[in-house]
Amino acid sequence: MSKVAPRPGDPRITPALVAEHGLNEDEFRRLVDMLGREPTFTELGIISALWSEHCSYKHSRALLKTLPTEGPQVLQGPGENAGVVSVGDGLAVAFKIESHNHPSAVEPYQGAATGAGGILRDVFTMGARPIAMLNSLRFGSLDSARVRYLFAGVVKGIGDYGNCVGIPTVAGEIVFDDAYETNPLVNAMCVGVMKESELITAKAEGIGNPIIAVGARTGRDGIHGASFASEDLSEASDAKRPRVQVGDPFTEKLLLEASLELIRSGHIVAIQDMGAAGLTSSSAEMAERGEVGVTIDVSKVPVREQGMTPYEILLSESQERMLVVAKRGHEDDVAAILTRWDLTAAVIGEVIAEPVYRVTEGATVVAEFPGSRLVTDCPRYSPEARESDEIVRLRATDVTTIPELPEEKDPLWTLERMLSSPTIASKAWAYRQYDSTVRTNTVIGPGGDAAVLRLRGSNRAIAVKTDCNGRYVYLSPRNGAQAAVCEAARNVACTGARPLAITNCLNFGNPRRPENYFQLSEAIAGIGEACRAMDTPVTGGNVSLYNESPSGAVYPTPVIGMLGLIDDIAHVTRSTWSMDDDVIILLGELLGEVVGGARSGLGGSEYLSRIHGVVAGEPPPCHPVLERDVINALLECIREGHVHSAHDCSDGGLAVALAECAMANQDRPVGAEINLAAWSDVALREVLYNEAQGRIIITVPESSLGRVAAIAVGHRVPPMMIGRVRSASRDLVIETAPGRTLVAPLDRLAAAYHGAIPAIMDGSAESAAVLEQAAVTTV
Amino acid sequence: MKFGIVTFPGSNCDYDAYRAVVDELGAEATYLWHKTEDLEGVDVVVLPGGFSYGDYLRAGAIARFSPIMREVVAHAGRGGPVLAICNGFQIACEAGLLPGALVRNAGMRFVSEAVYLSVENEGTMFTSQYEKDAVLRIPIAHGEGRYVADATTLARLEDNGQVVFRYCDAGGSATGEANPNGSMRGIAGIVSAEGNVLGMMPHPERAVDSLLGPADGKLLFESLLARVAV
Repeated sequence: MSKVAPRPGDPRITPALVAEHGLNEDEFRRLVDMLGREPTFTELGIISALWSEHCSYKHSRALLKTLPTEGPQVLQGPGENAGVVSVGDGLAVAFKIESHNHPSAVEPYQGAATGAGGILRDVFTMGARPIAMLNSLRFGSLDSARVRYLFAGVVKGIGDYGNCVGIPTVAGEIVFDDAYETNPLVNAMCVGVMKESELITAKAEGIGNPIIAVGARTGRDGIHGASFASEDLSEASDAKRPRVQVGDPFTEKLLLEASLELIRSGHIVAIQDMGAAGLTSSSAEMAERGEVGVTIDVSKVPVREQGMTPYEILLSESQERMLVVAKRGHEDDVAAILTRWDLTAAVIGEVIAEPVYRVTEGATVVAEFPGSRLVTDCPRYSPEARESDEIVRLRATDVTTIPELPEEKDPLWTLERMLSSPTIASKAWAYRQYDSTVRTNTVIGPGGDAAVLRLRGSNRAIAVKTDCNGRYVYLSPRNGAQAAVCEAARNVACTGARPLAITNCLNFGNPRRPENYFQLSEAIAGIGEACRAMDTPVTGGNVSLYNESPSGAVYPTPVIGMLGLIDDIAHVTRSTWSMDDDVIILLGELLGEVVGGARSGLGGSEYLSRIHGVVAGEPPPCHPVLERDVINALLECIREGHVHSAHDCSDGGLAVALAECAMANQDRPVGAEINLAAWSDVALREVLYNEAQGRIIITVPESSLGRVAAIAVGHRVPPMMIGRVRSASRDLVIETAPGRTLVAPLDRLAAAYHGAIPAIMDGSAESAAVLEQAAVTTV
Repeated sequence: MKFGIVTFPGSNCDYDAYRAVVDELGAEATYLWHKTEDLEGVDVVVLPGGFSYGDYLRAGAIARFSPIMREVVAHAGRGGPVLAICNGFQIACEAGLLPGALVRNAGMRFVSEAVYLSVENEGTMFTSQYEKDAVLRIPIAHGEGRYVADATTLARLEDNGQVVFRYCDAGGSATGEANPNGSMRGIAGIVSAEGNVLGMMPHPERAVDSLLGPADGKLLFESLLARVAV
C-alpha cells in the first residue's frame, strides 16, 4: 500500500463532516477499519458516494436477491449496465429502467432530460443500439400550479433530449395522484437491439490496459447527485439544485455513435457510463467486476474549469461521459474514432495487478483502498418491517357501502367523468411532444396497450410497456406488485407478444421507517411470485428510496418495464375496434371475486378515487397463474388469426376499456352494442367500473366464435360474448338491465377523453413558463 | 440511380432515408460524411432530418458551413436533385438553396404526429407519380417548422407553382386547424425556382412501408427514380 496523506487545503475529518456525507458512526468505523487509518477528505467523498443507497442498494440488496433472474432467454442478468435477453435470429435486446425522481422534483426540465440521457448510455454501453424510450411518470393533481409546472417541464425535458438524440419515445404511463404532489416520479426506460455477438460488459480486464475518459469534459455539476438521491426531499432540497446535472443531447448523439463504433472496432475491452457518482463508481465497479486493481490519475482528466480538486473530479456527475478500458497499444485507434466524432479521449489510468483502488494527483496518492472492498464492504441492512395500522384499517373498509352521488343517477355523467380523469384520459398532449417514429421501427406507437417495434433483419417484433398501479401497492403491497407485473404482461400480450422478461424501478419511501420497509419487502416478494408464474425473469433495474417529503411518502410504486416478443409480425394486434359486426368477447371474469364477504373490484379503484375522492378497500386480488392462462388463451387466439383487436381491462374497469376501444383512435371512432343485462342484479357501478384483474376485451369475427371459445375454455378462461361492433353507429350503447340502456355518443366520450389534459394544460401559465425557460436553456 | 445521404453531426434521420431508399425502393444509397468534399458521383443528394450541431444556435445555421455543403450547392447549381427533409429543409434555407426560413412552431412546442398534405404541384421531379390534388398522410416531428417568408417571396412561390405540399385536413382543405405549426399559407414543402431542390418538413422517408402506417411517401422517391429512367 502507498502512503496516503491529507491534501493541503482539505477539510479536517470531523464527526460533523462525516454526518454531512451521509455516513453513520458504524459505517465510518467500517471505513476506518478497512483502511487501518483515518480516511482523507477525498476518500470520505468516494465512500459517501459508493455507500449511498443509490449506488450500494444497501437496504434492498438482500430482498433483490430473492427475485428470479435466470432463464434460457437471459444473456445478461442484473449487475451490468442493462439486462440483455435473446429474441431469436441471433438478435438480442438490452433494456433497463431507471429513476430520476429527485432531480426532476427540483429542476423538472433538466432532471427529466438527464434521466433520459443516463438510461440511453446504460443501453448503448452494452453494445446495443437504442431503438426506443419509455417513461413512467407520476405527478400530483393537475389542480396544483406547481404540478402543472413539473408536468410541463418533465415532458419537455424528455422530448427535447430524446428527439435530439433521435430515439423514439414510444410508450409509458402517466398517473396523477395527490400522493406524488411534492415528490414526482420520473422513470425512464430504454430498449436497444444488437447481434448477440456484439454484447460487451463493463468488466475491467488485462493488466496494463489503459483506462480512458471519453466524451464531455468534467465540470463541477452534479457533485454528490447520488447522495442527494438517497435522502428525503425537504425544504432544503431547492438549495441542492446545483446537484442537478445539465444535459447536452447533441454530445450524447455523438457519444452514442462513437461508442458503438468503438465497441465494434475491437480496440476496447470494456465501457461504462460515468453516471451516478461519476468517475468514482464507474472505475470502482469495473475493477470489482474484473477482480483487478486500478489506478487513476485525476490530473489527466479533461476538465471544464481550472482548480478542480480530486474530490470534485471524482464525484462530478457531468453528463455525456464514458469510461473505457482499451487494449494496450490501441490508444491511438480509440482516439481516432473519437476525433472523427469531434469528441476527446484521455488516458487517465491503468488496470494493475496490485489488488488496490488507487487515485493519484500526478505523483501523489490521494486515495487508496484495498482490493475492491470499497464496493464489497458496504454494509447491508434489513431493518424492521411492520405494516402501518392506518393502511390495515383502510384496506378493511367496505367500500361497496359508500353512497352514490346524486349525479351518478345519470350514468353518462359518470362515464364522462371517468374518461376525463387525467390518469385515464388520452396522454397525447404529452406524447405529441415526443418523436415516436424516428428510426422507422414503430409499428404501434404511444396510445396503444404497448408499443410494438419491428426487428430489422427478422420477421419478429418486440412489444414494450411500463405499468404500476401505486394505489393497489399502497393498500396491499404484495398483491399490488403482482398486479403490476401481470398488467404489464397483459398489455404486451394484447399486441400479440409473449411476455419475455422485465426490468423494474422500485420507487419507495425511506426504508428506515418500518411501514416503508414492509412495503418494499412485500412488493419485491410479489414481483418475484408473479415473474415466476409468468416466466419473465428480472434482468435488472433500479431502486429509488427516500421518495418522501415532509408531507409523507409517495405510494410505493414498483414500476415494471416489460419486454414481449412477437414471433411473427403478422400477429401484431391493435387495441381499437375496426371491423363491423365483430363479436366483442371478454376473456376473464366480469365481476370481482368475493373477499372477506364483500365483492372486490372497487377497492383502490379509479372510480372511487375520481368520483368519491376515496382511496380505500381491498384492491382486486391478482392471481398470476390465472393471468398466465388468460394471456396464453389470448396468444393462441391471435396466432390462429382470429383476433381483430385486443385491449387490456384495467384502470377504470370495463366501461372505460370499452369506451377506449370505441374512440381512442380519433381518426376512426366506431360504435358498438353491449349487453350487460345478465349482471343487472349487481350494482351498476360494480359492473362498469370494477377493476377485477385478468381481463382482456377482444373482437373476433362471427366465424371464429366457436374456435375462440374452445381455446379459452382449454386454458380454463371463461369467454363471455358481451356485444357487437357497429361501425356505422356513432354511439356506444350499453344495455345495463333488461329494457334499460346507457347511450353514450362517441363524440361526447371523445371530448371527455381527448380533451381533458389539453383543457388543463394549453394556455396554462405554468406550461408557458416552461416553454420560456426551456428556450433560454437550449440556446 | 444513386442517392447520397449527408450525415452531419447530429443528423438522426440519415439512417431512415438510407433504409427507405435501399429496402423499399431497391435503389442504391451511400452516406456522405459532412467533412468530405466528394459527392461520390451520386445522382440525388438527401439532406436528412435531425438536429445538426444540436440546433443550439439556430436550426441548420452551422451545418450550412460544413465542407460538403459547397459541393451540395454546386450539385444543385448543375440542376442535380436535392431532397431536403425537416432539418435538411432548415439547412437548405440557411444555405440559400431555398427562399424563406423555418422558425419555432406557432404553438411553441415540438409536434410529432401524422398530418395530411395536399399535393399542390404534381409536375415536379419529386411529385410526378402522384395524382393531381392527392392527399397524403405523412409524419411530422419538429419544433421549428413554421415556414415564413416575405410577401413578395410568398406570391412568387404561389405564382410559380413552387408550393408543392400544403397542410390540409383529411378531405384536402387547407384549414387553419390542419396547420400544425402556423406555417404561412399552410406551406409544408417548396421547390426551388429551377424545380430541383425540394424542402419539406414532413418525413416522406418514414412513410414508405405499410407495416408502419400509410406508405404515402413512397411515390416521392419513385418520382425521382422515374425521372432518371426517362
